[in-house]
Amino acid sequence: MYDIIVIGAGVVGASIARELARYKLNIAVLEAGSDAAAGSSGANSGIVHAGYDCKPGTLMARLNVQGNAMYDRICKELDVPFRRNGSLVLAFNDEDVFQLERLMVQGVKNGVADLRLLPANEVLEMEPSINPGVVAALWAPTGGITSPYELTIAMAENAADNGVEFYFEHRVESIERKENDKFRIITSRRDFVASCVINAAGVNGDVISKMAGDDSFIIHPRKGEYCLYDRKWGNMVSRTVFQPPSNMGKGVLVTPTVDGNLLIGPNAVDTEKRDDDCTSAEGLAFIYSKALESVPSLPGDGVITVFAGLRAIADEGDFIVRPSGVSEKIIHAAGICSPGLTAAPAIAREVNAILTGICGPLELKKDFNPIRKGIKRFRDMDWEERMQIVKEDPKYGRIVCRCETVTEGEIVQALRTKLPVNTTDAIKRRTRAGMGRCQGGFCTPRIMEIIERELGIPMEYITKKGGSSRIVLGRIKDFLEEGGEL
Amino acid sequence: MSVKTEVAIIGGGPAGLAAALSCYRHGIRNIMILERDEHLGGILQQCIHNGFGLHWFGEELTGPEYAQRFIDEIRKTGISCLLNTMVIEIKEDKTIYAVNSRNGLMEIKANAVILAMGCRERTRGALRIPGGRPAGVYTAGMAQRLINIEGYMPGREVVILGSGDIGLIMARRLTWEGARVKMVCEIMPYSTGLIRNVRQCLDDYGIPLKYNHTVIRIHGKERLQGVTVARVDDKRNPIKGTEEYVSCDTLLLSVGLIPENELSEGAGVKLDPITGGPIVDEFRQTSVPGIFSCGNVLHVHDLVDYVSKEAEITGEGAYRYINGRSPSDSDYLQVIPGKGIRYVVPQRIYGDSDVEFYFRSNGIYKDGTVELTDGEKVLASKRLMRMVPGQMERLILKRELLTGVSKTKKLQLRWRNRNEEDDAECS
Ligand SMILES: Cc1cc2nc3c(=O)[nH]c(=O)nc-3n(C[C@H](O)[C@H](O)[C@H](O)COP(=O)(O)OP(=O)(O)OC[C@H]3O[C@@H](n4cnc5c(N)ncnc54)[C@H](O)[C@@H]3O)c2cc1C
Ligand SMILES: Cc1cc2nc3c(=O)[nH]c(=O)nc-3n(C[C@H](O)[C@H](O)[C@H](O)COP(=O)(O)OP(=O)(O)OC[C@H]3O[C@@H](n4cnc5c(N)ncnc54)[C@H](O)[C@@H]3O)c2cc1C
Repeated sequence: MYDIIVIGAGVVGASIARELARYKLNIAVLEAGSDAAAGSSGANSGIVHAGYDCKPGTLMARLNVQGNAMYDRICKELDVPFRRNGSLVLAFNDEDVFQLERLMVQGVKNGVADLRLLPANEVLEMEPSINPGVVAALWAPTGGITSPYELTIAMAENAADNGVEFYFEHRVESIERKENDKFRIITSRRDFVASCVINAAGVNGDVISKMAGDDSFIIHPRKGEYCLYDRKWGNMVSRTVFQPPSNMGKGVLVTPTVDGNLLIGPNAVDTEKRDDDCTSAEGLAFIYSKALESVPSLPGDGVITVFAGLRAIADEGDFIVRPSGVSEKIIHAAGICSPGLTAAPAIAREVNAILTGICGPLELKKDFNPIRKGIKRFRDMDWEERMQIVKEDPKYGRIVCRCETVTEGEIVQALRTKLPVNTTDAIKRRTRAGMGRCQGGFCTPRIMEIIERELGIPMEYITKKGGSSRIVLGRIKDFLEEGGEL
Repeated sequence: MSVKTEVAIIGGGPAGLAAALSCYRHGIRNIMILERDEHLGGILQQCIHNGFGLHWFGEELTGPEYAQRFIDEIRKTGISCLLNTMVIEIKEDKTIYAVNSRNGLMEIKANAVILAMGCRERTRGALRIPGGRPAGVYTAGMAQRLINIEGYMPGREVVILGSGDIGLIMARRLTWEGARVKMVCEIMPYSTGLIRNVRQCLDDYGIPLKYNHTVIRIHGKERLQGVTVARVDDKRNPIKGTEEYVSCDTLLLSVGLIPENELSEGAGVKLDPITGGPIVDEFRQTSVPGIFSCGNVLHVHDLVDYVSKEAEITGEGAYRYINGRSPSDSDYLQVIPGKGIRYVVPQRIYGDSDVEFYFRSNGIYKDGTVELTDGEKVLASKRLMRMVPGQMERLILKRELLTGVSKTKKLQLRWRNRNEEDDAECS
C-alpha cells in the first residue's frame, strides 16, 4: 500500500519521485522498461532550452523558463554534466530574420534573460564552421546541454536513496477504483494499491488516463531521428545551433554533447505506433542534408550511432499538468513534449503544489539528502586520482571498454546502486561502456561476464534492455541437440 | 611507477610478437610488450579455424597454434610481456602511459615504439542502417568471441551482411553449431573476403551469397525479428521494388575493419586516409621518428603470414633508429597509387635496400601487370591473372633500380591490362 504511485520513470516521473521523496510519503514508481529513461527521456536532443520558442502565457513557457533556472543547482546536487554553452538560432534571409525578431519578443515576454540578435560577422566569429551564408542569429546564452538519460537516472537514484521504490519491467495494464477511494494498479507482474496516482507515462499518458476513466485528452506521437558522431567531430561547433523555426518544431540542430560527441537531428514525423523508435533511411538523409545547411563541412562519415525518440504531443497543444476530472487523486503530467526535459524539475514542483493543494501541507523528512554522487569516471580523473583509485580497488586498473576507457570498477559500481538494473544498456548509460566508436563490439562479452559474476544471472539470460532482448540464445552445442543440421 | 625500455611494443598479437622477436634478433635486449588482453596472440586466439601459416610455416595451423609458436619463442628470450595492461596514451617523445590492476598507472619511457594494436570492426552505426535497435545485431568478430571464447550462441537464424573473411568464417562456424545461416549479403559485385573462404565457408554449405545486395532495415524492438534486404544499383543505392523481408534473430556485420589508430594520432603520427593506418617508410617507420607500425594497425591484412613478415621489418627499423641510422624527411621518395590501385604501403621509401610493397586494387582486374614506374620508366612489374580488392598483393623493388632516380619525383604503382589497346576495366 503506497501513498503515491508514479507511472513512468522518464525524466518527468523521476523528477516527481525525487521531489516528493522530501516528504514522509510511501512512494513507488512503476516503469514498463528495464531502466529509467527507457522512453523519450533517453532519446532526445539533451538541450536545456532557454525558453524563447514557447508561446507566451502557456504552461510550457512558464515551466521551461523556471526549469532552465533550476538546472545549475540540480545538476550539481546530482553530479550530472551540464553546460550553459548557449544557443544560436540562425537566419539565412529576411523572412528568417523576421522570425528571429518574433522569437526575441516572445523570449522577452517569457522572461528569458540576455537574448541578443547578432550580426553575421559576430556569429561566424563565435562559430567559424557555420554556413557563411548566415545573415543574423538569435543568441541565447542561458541555453545549455546535459545528458538526458544521466539526469533521469540520477533523479531516480537520488529518489531511491531517499526511500522511493522503483519497479522496472512492471507495465501498468489497468487501474481500478476501490471502494475506499484507493486505486488498484494492475501491472504485467503484480498489483499495487495507492491513494494517489501520478501519470507520467510519456507517450502513453492518454492510455493511462483512459485506464482511470479519463479520456479528456489524446497524445499524438511525433518521431525525431538523430545521428551521433564520433568524438573526433565534437568540436565542430561549441554552441547549440538551430535553424529558423518551422511549424513542425524547432528544426534540425547541430550541437556538441556533454560527452564530447556531435549530435545532429531531429526531424519531425507523425507516427501511429507508440513504441516506434525506428530510424528510417529518408529521415536520416533528411537530417543530414538539413544539418549541412547550418554546418556545410559536416562529414558524411564518422557517425557512430543513429537513434530516434517520440515526442508526446497532446491535442491541447500545451503540457497537461493537472488533477484528472474523474478524481483529483489522479494527477497528470502528460503531453510533456519538448521542452519537457528542461521543464521536468519545474513540472515536479508544480505537481508538488497540486498535491499540497489537495492533501494539505505534506510533512518533510528530516533526513532527505538531495546529494547523489555519480560514478567517478576513470577517463576524467587526473594522474594522481587514477593512481589512488587503482590502489584502493584494483578493478579500476582493468579497462573493459577501450573506446571510452571505462574500467571494471565503474561497471561494478553501476550495478550496485539502489536501482534494480541488470542490462547491458543500463551499464552503457551509466558508464558509457559500449557507447564509443566500436559500439560494444569489444566490451559486450566482457560486460556480460561481469553481470553474470556480480548478479548471478547466467549469460543466456542477460538482456540488452529487458524483455526478450537476450544477447545470446544458448550455449554452443545446444542447437545441435535440438536437431541441428549436422 | 616509471620505467625505461629500449623498445616498447603496443599490442601482443601476431604483429607485436614478430616485431619483438625481430628486435631481439637484431641484438636489442630491453624489449617490452604491452597487451591489454589476458593472453598474447591477439585476435588469433579466437580464430580456431585453420588456414594460418601456409606461407610462414609451410603448414596449415589454427589461429591459436600459429600464435603459440611465436609465444614459445618469446618465452625463450626473456622479453617482458605485461598482460592485462592497456596503453592509454603515447606521447610524441615516446613516453607511454599504461594501466593495469597490479602496478596501477605506469609511465614507460622508450627509445623506440612499435605500434601493433590491430583493428576494430565497423559497426551498424557507421553504416547508419535504419530501423529498430534490438539485441541480435553484432559484428562478426564479437560473435566469434561469444562462440569460440565464451561458448555461447548469439542466435539460431542468421543473416550476414558483408562478405569479409570474418563473416565467411562465422557463416561456417554457426552452421556447424546448428544455427541456420540464411544468406550473406554483399553490397559490392564481388566478395571482400578471400576466394578460398567463399568456397570453403559458403559454397560447401549451400549458403547463398547475394552480390549487389544490402540490408536496408532492421526490424524488432527487443530481439531482432528480421531484416529487409534489397538489391542495389551501381551507385550502391537500394533499388525500389527489390526489397525482401528475411526473418532472422541475428544479423552479423562483416563490413570492414578499421585500423585502431587513436593512440597513434595522439602521438602525432600522420595517417593515410585510405588505409586508415600510419604513413610509413620501408622499415614501417611512421612520420614520427622512432615510432613504427605493423600489422592490422598499419593496414588491414588478410593473411597473418604477411603480418608476421611485415612485423619482422620493424625490428630492423628499430635497431637502425636506436643506432642513429634513420633517414630524415628529405631522404624519402614518395610512392603513390595509380590506376587500379587503392593503396600502397610503404607510402615513402628511403631505398637503401630492396623494398617489398603491399597493395590492394580498387576493383576487379584480369590479366595484366602491376608496374612501379618512375615517369615512363618501369622499375618493377609483376604479371597478375587477377587482381581483386579482397586479396592483398605484393611487389618487390630491387634496390639497384633506384640509382639515378631523383628524390623529388614520385613513383607510381599502377595496373596495366595485358592488351594495351583494350584498356577498359573489367568487373
Ligand atoms: C526528438 C525529441 C527531441 C527532444 N529534445 C528536447 C530537448 O532538447 N530539450 C528538452 O527540454 N526536451 C526535449 N524533448 C522532450 C523531452 O525528451 C520529453 O519532454 C521528456 O523526455 C518527457 O519525459 P517523460 O518522463 O514525460 O516521458 P518518457 O521519458 O517517455 O517517460 C515515460 C515513461 O513511462 C513509461 N511507460 C509508458 N507506459 C507505461 C505503462 N503502461 N506502464 C508503466 N510505464 C509506462 C515508459 O516506458 C517511459 O519510460 C525532446 C523530445 C523528443 C522526442
Ligand atoms: C576472424 C578472423 C579470421 C581470420 N582468418 C585468417 C586466416 O584464415 N588466415 C590468416 O592467415 N589470417 C586470418 N586472419 C587475419 C589475421 O588474424 C590478422 O591479420 C592478424 O591477427 C593481425 O595481427 P595484429 O597483430 O596486427 O592484430 P591483432 O591480432 O588484432 O593484435 C593486436 C593486439 O593489440 C592489442 N592492443 C590493442 N590496443 C592496445 C592497447 N591500447 N594497449 C595494449 N594492447 C593493445 C590487442 O589486444 C591485440 O592483442 C583472420 C582474422 C580474423 C579477425
